[in-house]
Amino acid sequence: MALVTRHSRLVKEVRGTPVALDGATLVAYAMRQVRPDVVAAYPITPQTVITEAFSEFVANGEVETEFIQTESEHAALSACIGASAAGGRVQTATSGPGLALMWEVMYVASGNRLPIVMHLCARALSAPLNILCDHSDVMGIRDAGWVILLAETAQEAYDNAIQAVRIAEHPEVMLPVASVMDGFITTHGVERSEVLPDEAVAEFVGTYRAPYSILDVAHPVTVGPLDFHDFYFEHKRQQIEAMERAREVVCQVAEEYGTLTGRCYGAVEPYRMEDAEVATLVIGSVAGTLRTVVDDLRRQGIRAGMVKLRCFRPFPGRELAALLGGVGVVGILDRSISPGGAGHPLFTEVSSALCQRGCAPRMRSFVYGLGGRTPAPAQFRQAYGDLLADRQLGAEASAPVYLGLRE
Amino acid sequence: MAVILRELTTQPEGLAPGHGLCPGCSESVVVRQVLHALGKPAVVALATGCLEVSTTRFPYTSWQTSVVHNAFENAATTIGGAEAAYTAMVRRGAIQPRDVVFVVFAGDGATYDIGLQWLSGALERGHRFIYVCLNNEGYMNTGIQRSGATMLGTWTTTTPVGKLAPGKLTWRKDMTGIIASHHIPYVAQAAPHAWKDFMTKVQRAGSAEGPSFLNVLAPCNRGWRYEARNTMRVSQLAVETCLWPLYEVDHGTWKLDYRPRNKRPVTEWLQSQGRFAHLLRPENHAIVEEIQQRVDGEWEHLQQRCQE
Repeated sequence: MALVTRHSRLVKEVRGTPVALDGATLVAYAMRQVRPDVVAAYPITPQTVITEAFSEFVANGEVETEFIQTESEHAALSACIGASAAGGRVQTATSGPGLALMWEVMYVASGNRLPIVMHLCARALSAPLNILCDHSDVMGIRDAGWVILLAETAQEAYDNAIQAVRIAEHPEVMLPVASVMDGFITTHGVERSEVLPDEAVAEFVGTYRAPYSILDVAHPVTVGPLDFHDFYFEHKRQQIEAMERAREVVCQVAEEYGTLTGRCYGAVEPYRMEDAEVATLVIGSVAGTLRTVVDDLRRQGIRAGMVKLRCFRPFPGRELAALLGGVGVVGILDRSISPGGAGHPLFTEVSSALCQRGCAPRMRSFVYGLGGRTPAPAQFRQAYGDLLADRQLGAEASAPVYLGLRE
Repeated sequence: MAVILRELTTQPEGLAPGHGLCPGCSESVVVRQVLHALGKPAVVALATGCLEVSTTRFPYTSWQTSVVHNAFENAATTIGGAEAAYTAMVRRGAIQPRDVVFVVFAGDGATYDIGLQWLSGALERGHRFIYVCLNNEGYMNTGIQRSGATMLGTWTTTTPVGKLAPGKLTWRKDMTGIIASHHIPYVAQAAPHAWKDFMTKVQRAGSAEGPSFLNVLAPCNRGWRYEARNTMRVSQLAVETCLWPLYEVDHGTWKLDYRPRNKRPVTEWLQSQGRFAHLLRPENHAIVEEIQQRVDGEWEHLQQRCQE
C-alpha cells in the first residue's frame, strides 16, 4: 500500500531562529509547538526541566494543552492512554526509574495502537541509585512495541520530537514513539540550536484525526478488550507489521523534515565510512566525541569510521549491513548491559542483524559510560586500538571491553 | 430528577445480555442501574476484573456505550485522561460539546488495594467522573482471594480456615471514609437491593461538578458461597445488620440514608453465606463478638458523623 504523504506543499525551506538552550527546554518548546491536547507527566531528574518548562507554557497560556500532573509515571502514561483512546494528541516525558515504573502500560499503549509520544531523558536504573546518563532504561523498552528514536544533540532532540508526532500518527503506523535524549548531557547542556516558527511546526505535524474515539458516543467502541489464544497472536502480528511499515515512514518523515529545515536525518548516520577499515557503532550523545576520535585517527593515516544509529526501533539491520558488512573490524559501543546475555544489548542487535545477512565483520563489544561515567576521547582511542589489534592478530570473538572502568 | 421505574423500563440498555458474568452475579445489575439512572451516554473505563473480562471478550463486546480498559490499577487515571482530552478537544473546536458522563467500574481489589494511589491522584486532580466500586469483598476474578475490603474472619482462598487461622485475621479498610477525606463533591455507600436509593445517588453523582465515588456492595454468590437466587437478600442483610450502612457525603455533609427499623445481629449475615460457616462454630464465638462490636462501633461513629 502506498504510504500517504501529507503536506507535500511544504517545499520551501523555513529559516529557523537560533537559540542557546538546553535540550530539555528545547524539547518542551517543541511540545508546545506540536500543540498536544493532553500532556501527562510526573517530574523526575533529569526530565524535570521539561515538566517545569511545560508548566510555564500552560501557566502563561502559551499552549492550550490539558496538562495532567499525575502522582506517578505509571499514572502519567495511564492518563495518556485514556486521552489517546479519546482521540487526542498526547505526550509524556520521563527518565530511568520513571520509565521502569511505566513498563506495564508501555505495552498497553502499543498494543492498543495509541500514537502517544514520549520524550525520554535517558538515565541509569537503580540500584545503586544513580541519576546520570546511560541507556539501561531505553533498552528496557526495546520489546515494548514503541518506535525508538535517539538524539545526539539538543537540535536532534528537538527535530526528533517534531518528527515523532508524524511517525506515531501516520495511519500506516499508529504506534507510540519514544524520542530519546541523553540525561544531563543533552537535557542540561546548553547548545546552539535552531527552532522553527510555530506555524511551520503546526503545518508540518498537521491535525490528528483518530480513527476511533471513545468520545464518539454515536459510534461506541470497546478499547482494550480481553483477547485470548484465538486473537491475541494475530493482534501482535499486526503490531509487528505496523513497526515494519514504520521503517519507511521514519525515513519519509525525515526527508520531508529535511526539505523544510535543511537538516536531513536517516535511520543511520555514517561518518567517514566510505573507505573505513575499522569502525564503531554508537547511539546518543557520544557520537560527537567519536567523530573527533575518528578525525584524529584519520590524521594518523588510520582509515577509521563511525556509524551513529538514530532509529533503534525499527532496527535498521539492512542499512547497517550495507555500511558495516565490508569493514574489517567493528566495535559496538553499549551504554547499558545485559548480564549473562549473548552480548550487551546493542552488540546483540547489531551482530544478529549482520549475521542474518551473511556479512558479519569481526565485531567486538565495548561498554562505556554506565551511570554517567564520563566518556573521554582516550577511552575510544583505546577502543579503536583494540579493534586494530584484533584485526592484525586475527583474534576470534573476544570478551567485552569496559572502557574507563577501574578494574 | 426522580427515579421512576416505569420510565426506566423503556430506556435502551447500556449492557447487552449474553455477557459471561455468573448467574446470580450482582455486577451486571449494578452496571445497568448506573447506566439507567444516568439516562445519557456514558464513556466508561473498566479496571481489570470480573466485569471487564466477562463483557469485552474479543471479538464481542457487551457494551452499547464506549468503554476503555487499560490495566488493573489505573481505571480512574484512564478516565481522567479521557476527560482531559474531551476538555481540550472541545476547546479547540475538534469536537462538539456532548452531554456525556465519564464513569469507572472497578472492583474492590482495584479500588481498596492496587489502585488506591491512582484513584486518590485522580480525585485530587478533580477530574469530572463517577467512580463506581463494585465491592464484592475480595479478588473474585482470580478465584476468591482476600482484599483490603475483606472482613475479619472471612474464608477466602488466601485466608483459609486452618488449625491456626480462622479465616482473615484483620478488619477491613473504611474506603468510603478514605475517599470522603479527599473532600470531593459527592461520596456515597450503596447496595443494589436498595435500587431507588442507589440510582438516586448515581444521579447526584452525575450532576456533581467534580469527581464522585460510589462504593456499592456487590454480592458474589460464587465467592460468598450462597445460592444464586439469594443475591438481593444477602445485599439486604448487609444493610439490615449495619455491616454496610447506606449513607452519603454530599459536599461535606454526612447523611444517613437508611436506618434499619430493627437492627439485626451480624450472625444473620454470617449465617447467610458459606464463607462464614466456620465462624458459627463455638470455638470462633469470640471472633463473631468482635465483628459485632466493630460493626456496632462503626455504626455509632457513622450516626455521630451524620448528627443523628
